[in-house]
Amino acid sequence: FPHVLLVLCCAGAGQDVGRSCILVSIAGKNVMLDCGMHMGYNDDRRFPDFSYITQNGRLTDFLDCVIISHFHLDHCGALPYFSEMVGYDGPIYMTHPTKAICPILLEDYRKITVDKKGETNFFTSQMIKDCMKKVVAVHLHQTVQVDEELEIKAYYAGHVLGAAMFQIKVGCESVVYTGDYNMTPDRHLGAAWIDKCRPDLLISESTYATTIRDSKRCRERDFLKKVHETVERGGKVLIPVFALGRAQELCILLETFWERMNLKAPIYFSTGLTEKANHYYKLFITWTNQKIRKTFVQRNMFEFKHIKAFDRAFADNPGPMVVFATPGMLHAGQSLQIFRKWAGNEKNMVIMPGYCVQGTVGHKILSGQRKLEMEGRQILEVKMQVEYMSFSAHADAKGIMQLIRQAEPRNVLLVHGEAKKMEFLKQKIEQEFHVSCFMPANGETTTVITNPCIPVDISLGLLKRETAIAQRFPRAFPPFSPQSFRLVSPEQALKELGLAEHQLRFTCRVHVQDARKEHETVLRVYNHLKGLLKDYSVQHLPDGSITVESILIQATAHSEDQGTKVLLVSWTYQDEELGSYLTALLKKGLPQSTP
Amino acid sequence: MAAHLKKRVYEEFTKVVQQQHEDLSAKKLRLTKPSKSAALHVDLCKATSPADALQYLLQFARKPVEVESVEGVVRILLEHYYKENDASVRLKIASLLGLLSKTAGFSPDCIMDDAINTLQNEKSHQVLAQLLDTLLVIGTKLPENPSVRMRLVEVACKHLTDSSHGVRNKCLQLIGCLGPVEKGVAKEAESQAAKDVQKIIGDHFNDQDPRVRTAAIKAMLQLHERGLKLQQAIYSQACKLLADDYEQVRSAAVQLIWVLSQLYPESIVPIPSSNEEIRLVDDAFGKICHMVSDGSWVVRVQAAKLLGSMQQVSSHFLEQTLDKKLMSDLRRKRTAHERAKELYSSGEFSSGRKWGDDAPKEEIDTGAVNLIESGACGAFVHGLEDEMYEVRIAAVEALCMLAQSSPSFAEKCLDFLVDMFNDEIEEVRLQSIHTMRKISNNITLREDQLDTVLAVLEDSSRDIREALHELLCCTNVSTKEGIHLALVELLKNLTKYPTDRESIWKCLKFLGSRHPTLVLPLVPELLSTHPFFDTPEPDMDDPAYIAVLVLIFNAAKSCPTMPALFSDHTFRHYAYLRDSLSHLVPPLRLPGRKLVSSAVSPSITSHEDPSQQFLHQSLERVYNFQHLDPRGIQELLEFTIRDLQRLGELQSELAGMADFTATYLQCQLLLIKALQEKLWNVAAPLYLKQNALASAAAKQILEETYKMEFMYSGVESRQVVIIHHMRLQAKALQLIVTARTTRGVEPLFGMCEKFLQEVDSFQRCFISELPHMQGSFVDKLLDLMPRLVTSKPSEVVKILQTTLRQSTFLHLPLPEQLHRATANIIEPTGESDNPLRFTSGLVVALDVDATLEHVQDPQGTVKVQVLYPDGQAQLIHPKPADFRNPGPGRHRLITQVYLSHTAWTEPCQIEVRLLLAYNSNRSKASTRIPKSTWSESLEALPLSENGIEGTIPFSKPVKVYIMPKPARR
Repeated sequence: FPHVLLVLCCAGAGQDVGRSCILVSIAGKNVMLDCGMHMGYNDDRRFPDFSYITQNGRLTDFLDCVIISHFHLDHCGALPYFSEMVGYDGPIYMTHPTKAICPILLEDYRKITVDKKGETNFFTSQMIKDCMKKVVAVHLHQTVQVDEELEIKAYYAGHVLGAAMFQIKVGCESVVYTGDYNMTPDRHLGAAWIDKCRPDLLISESTYATTIRDSKRCRERDFLKKVHETVERGGKVLIPVFALGRAQELCILLETFWERMNLKAPIYFSTGLTEKANHYYKLFITWTNQKIRKTFVQRNMFEFKHIKAFDRAFADNPGPMVVFATPGMLHAGQSLQIFRKWAGNEKNMVIMPGYCVQGTVGHKILSGQRKLEMEGRQILEVKMQVEYMSFSAHADAKGIMQLIRQAEPRNVLLVHGEAKKMEFLKQKIEQEFHVSCFMPANGETTTVITNPCIPVDISLGLLKRETAIAQRFPRAFPPFSPQSFRLVSPEQALKELGLAEHQLRFTCRVHVQDARKEHETVLRVYNHLKGLLKDYSVQHLPDGSITVESILIQATAHSEDQGTKVLLVSWTYQDEELGSYLTALLKKGLPQSTP
Repeated sequence: MAAHLKKRVYEEFTKVVQQQHEDLSAKKLRLTKPSKSAALHVDLCKATSPADALQYLLQFARKPVEVESVEGVVRILLEHYYKENDASVRLKIASLLGLLSKTAGFSPDCIMDDAINTLQNEKSHQVLAQLLDTLLVIGTKLPENPSVRMRLVEVACKHLTDSSHGVRNKCLQLIGCLGPVEKGVAKEAESQAAKDVQKIIGDHFNDQDPRVRTAAIKAMLQLHERGLKLQQAIYSQACKLLADDYEQVRSAAVQLIWVLSQLYPESIVPIPSSNEEIRLVDDAFGKICHMVSDGSWVVRVQAAKLLGSMQQVSSHFLEQTLDKKLMSDLRRKRTAHERAKELYSSGEFSSGRKWGDDAPKEEIDTGAVNLIESGACGAFVHGLEDEMYEVRIAAVEALCMLAQSSPSFAEKCLDFLVDMFNDEIEEVRLQSIHTMRKISNNITLREDQLDTVLAVLEDSSRDIREALHELLCCTNVSTKEGIHLALVELLKNLTKYPTDRESIWKCLKFLGSRHPTLVLPLVPELLSTHPFFDTPEPDMDDPAYIAVLVLIFNAAKSCPTMPALFSDHTFRHYAYLRDSLSHLVPPLRLPGRKLVSSAVSPSITSHEDPSQQFLHQSLERVYNFQHLDPRGIQELLEFTIRDLQRLGELQSELAGMADFTATYLQCQLLLIKALQEKLWNVAAPLYLKQNALASAAAKQILEETYKMEFMYSGVESRQVVIIHHMRLQAKALQLIVTARTTRGVEPLFGMCEKFLQEVDSFQRCFISELPHMQGSFVDKLLDLMPRLVTSKPSEVVKILQTTLRQSTFLHLPLPEQLHRATANIIEPTGESDNPLRFTSGLVVALDVDATLEHVQDPQGTVKVQVLYPDGQAQLIHPKPADFRNPGPGRHRLITQVYLSHTAWTEPCQIEVRLLLAYNSNRSKASTRIPKSTWSESLEALPLSENGIEGTIPFSKPVKVYIMPKPARR
């Protein structure tokens, strides 16, 4: 009974990065994975087009649940819009840290859009709160029953605090959605891990599908070296980051480095999010890596000594400094403001620690553009050094392959990446794992054929009896019934169907040259078989016949030729194997009689 | 409170004693033996319900059963076993059978048949498993009986088809432990079951239950351990198990593959996907490398550990483990390591502006990239980046072992090891520093690597810093900038952590002597000399300046042109340092300096050091003093002792030797002085006052002999004889003094008796050495022995006195190497004026940090003593884990000492010192003597004679200011 599994990349994640939003239809259940927004757009395109899902009906009727993998805005940014403005009342699942941090980011995002840019028709603070009320928090490895058939389970994904991979399971069909994940541990988070759950489909991100990264220690050292050199030159370092996630890792890195090298240049962290964010990191210590978990008794690593809060006025201060500023792609907000101020000085440096979406300032300067057109027609010349450190906590090509190896899926679907890169990875996956791999574009529907197993009832007695007879196909067959399947013994099946059992016997005559009397021949055959078939019970019955298990052998003299004896071998259908073996044996003839 | 505390401290160490008590109680039980089995029988008959019976059995199991009654008990248990319907009771009985057959001295072959019989009718799987376990115990108790084992194996094979995993588990375990190991035995026994244990076990590699699969692999490993050569055919089976769903199976399979790779390293196995073939060890290496990125960290640790011991692997496979092809957007990218190397070799490193030059270069052929590494690729790269530090440590260890056997690999893994210096977990950092030190013979550090290495010097952990100093001691540096960098960083370290002084000096000593040519161009800068101007003379007490001088002088040793660059005060400082820090500053041939060594050193050094010569000469002189008058002897001894002590201070290599001999001469001097006393000529009652000197001398000699015996490592039996001989003389002296001072003969009897016994045991212990002791005290004494035994105490004393006076002075032969155990308490420093305040009755923890040198088995011998002002002394045994071993012959004790006292009105000082505990019972003398006929008579000797336990203080006491405050109400 092949089943059909549908995946719809309804919004941004198909062959693209940003606006993750995937619809999965599995065994009649519809699940929405992530609900993100696009950073590059400021109009309607920033949110997924939800009307596409149902056309006219209500979302709540159509969707069984929504799962949010982690708190980055490209994975949860559209959530209040989706639940409050479009209207969805069903359950939303996310992990505890995500639930705690997500509203802060949403609020921050709302402020920037509404207060700074003065947009209207945007979700309000109240909407964020209402939305969060619909959220159900889950623990790692906790199996949550959404309804009677649908269950979900979270796995650790690294990436950012609280990031999780979700397994969605209906019956024995399952899908794993990775969200964003990281297979190499970093200074504050561990590596993603999944068991051999063998899902029918693995939906994996593929941001770095064509990259194999250097070891993280080299990256860290490079980063520290760059920062250190610039600071020693008296330059200022701008590190645009997302408020949470990479920022904390870099903070820990710089903090320990500052302490070790005894540096005095100030480190600032922009926005008021620092305290809140650190608070959550301190709170969810179990989600961090081994080192932090082990040392937090002595000192919580997130209580920074050298890192202070940033004030806008500090940007004009003379002397070296390091500033972490949001947002990470230099598309708006404080990081862009600081960038504008510092861009003219070649002593300064901007380090882009993560991926930048097309259309953002970050992407432009990374691709080598030195003259930027800012708002209001003014041209900004970039003289400062632009560095790119691949600190983004996504799995690289090797990491993705490693996860696939761990989970052993039957099909792989790549999302959240660029088409050209996906193509390469797809080819590799198919070549090395021999599983089919898909990479749907936005709006494209992928159909995956699954082979779900069918549950069959069997009585305990029969099961024990049959498994005791090793590795033989159960001699039982399922009577057909529309509701469920049952495995019963032949006897019971006959009884239930009211039929009588038919015996099927094979008989075979074997001619043996033997001049002696019949009973002597029988005796010879008996001795011969006894010698050969040690494992079976060979019996010589008083009526002159031999039984080997249930096979009967009788000898009669040939009617015409007394020197030839006819051996009659008879066996039932069930003993076909042994019977034919015996016949073959007897056909070879008896050994020369020994005195 | 203090007493209570002391008790608590001791509690940890009295476990052994408690054990003995238990043994005693077991012996006591002998008396009630006959009733034991009967009582059990009665109890079991009385039991009305299974629960009751279980209770009785549980109670019974708590008490040990003596050997003689085991069989009876077993019979009773078996009887009840057959009657019993409840599975849990049968299970308990089965386990009891196993316990009972373990009883020492009991041979379980008599109950084996019964045990096997019980198996036949058993229905419960748990009981079956337990019974098989019992059979395993029985089988292991009968190692010399192949037929029994064969039978047990047969039984196990029969039950292998059981449907319960527990039973199959135990069967496999039994086969693994008892299966025939020699081929011959297997053929002899014609039974079908025993045909090939390997095959039987191998069949269960595919069992449906993971626990059984694990047990099968473990059984196979067990067979290997017992000496059976596993068949190569298992290899392919084991490889399949590597992909098992269960981590314990995979973990065991990795081990099995490793074993096979060690057995058949050179066999050829095909590569599945192609027609090629490779060596088995390479294939296995690749497979184990693959497991380094397994999902379970247990497997990862296992795999990483085993990699280290696969030294036969081909070098190109080995080097693949460090290989990771980088790419970015499908373009080949060089790793940071490669870039660093290139920058370095192109000479652009110092510009510092080129670091970010990591733009991807050539395009990659998409077909050629292999993302899932087939084999060894990047195994260590993964292992070293692992999430769990256990895996990282294992990987570092493996790297170390492989690098030690392959210099080219050592060169390659250097970058990775250097990276590990920045690991977030201290243990990993420490491990990688140690590893680096171990492989440092094969490598030369590049400047950028050195930079990273030196950055670790600022680490706040003392362990790390010291490990790094050790590493720098044996590192090769390639450029003079490197040396300069190292020096600068070490000096920075010195200012930051002044306690590292010694360690840093030592480090610079080696750094200098290893790289004289690199130091040479740096000398003017380091000494800040100027061609035209006189520069001010640096402060001689500045540790940093001393550090620089140590570096330069050691380099100058093998660089004769260097002294020309020194200014006048440098020469003066050299003379001073050569004298005060002789272990750090080597002798130099300086122009215009009269140095003893300069004339003779080239010819002499080849075979003997002048100082060593001096040592021997002075000893020679002492041994020939026989014809001198008593005064002359005393003076000669005194001078020689003084000389030796001075020599010991100057020449650290000879310190042990010099001290040792000085102590010996000191003993002799004391003995001579004591015998020179006028008291011997005076009538007994008159010298009551003067005897103080003689008895004190005797006491001191005794102490010194114990020091000589136990404080020096490298003491051989030749020396031990002499030491014991000296002790015997001291005891004789003691006896004489007591005889003279005490009135009445009664106490003397005992003493004489004891002394004679000692002489006796001395003779027996050192019978082989006696011929070398012509004319000595003991030699003469033994001649007189028949007379002594029969004579009265007063006569004995007289004889002793004369022999003691007449006996000659024995030569002390010197061993090759002799080191004196020393201890130095680093912390507490004893300089603090702030008392450590705590509430009386409660405890305060005092951190003690000490370095120990040349202490054998410090875990067993080193104790901490705390002396309170009221004379109360407390002895603390540090935990074995508190001792670290940073280098050969060196130990470091970092422990906490708990102090407590009742309230004081004033803060007061307590003394903390380290003691070396000894026990003459365990003395080297008795262990070294081969067991001969006298061994049983030794037991009859009084304990006090053999087991003198004591302690030698071997560190300077440190004073700690403490103040127990009265508790607030």
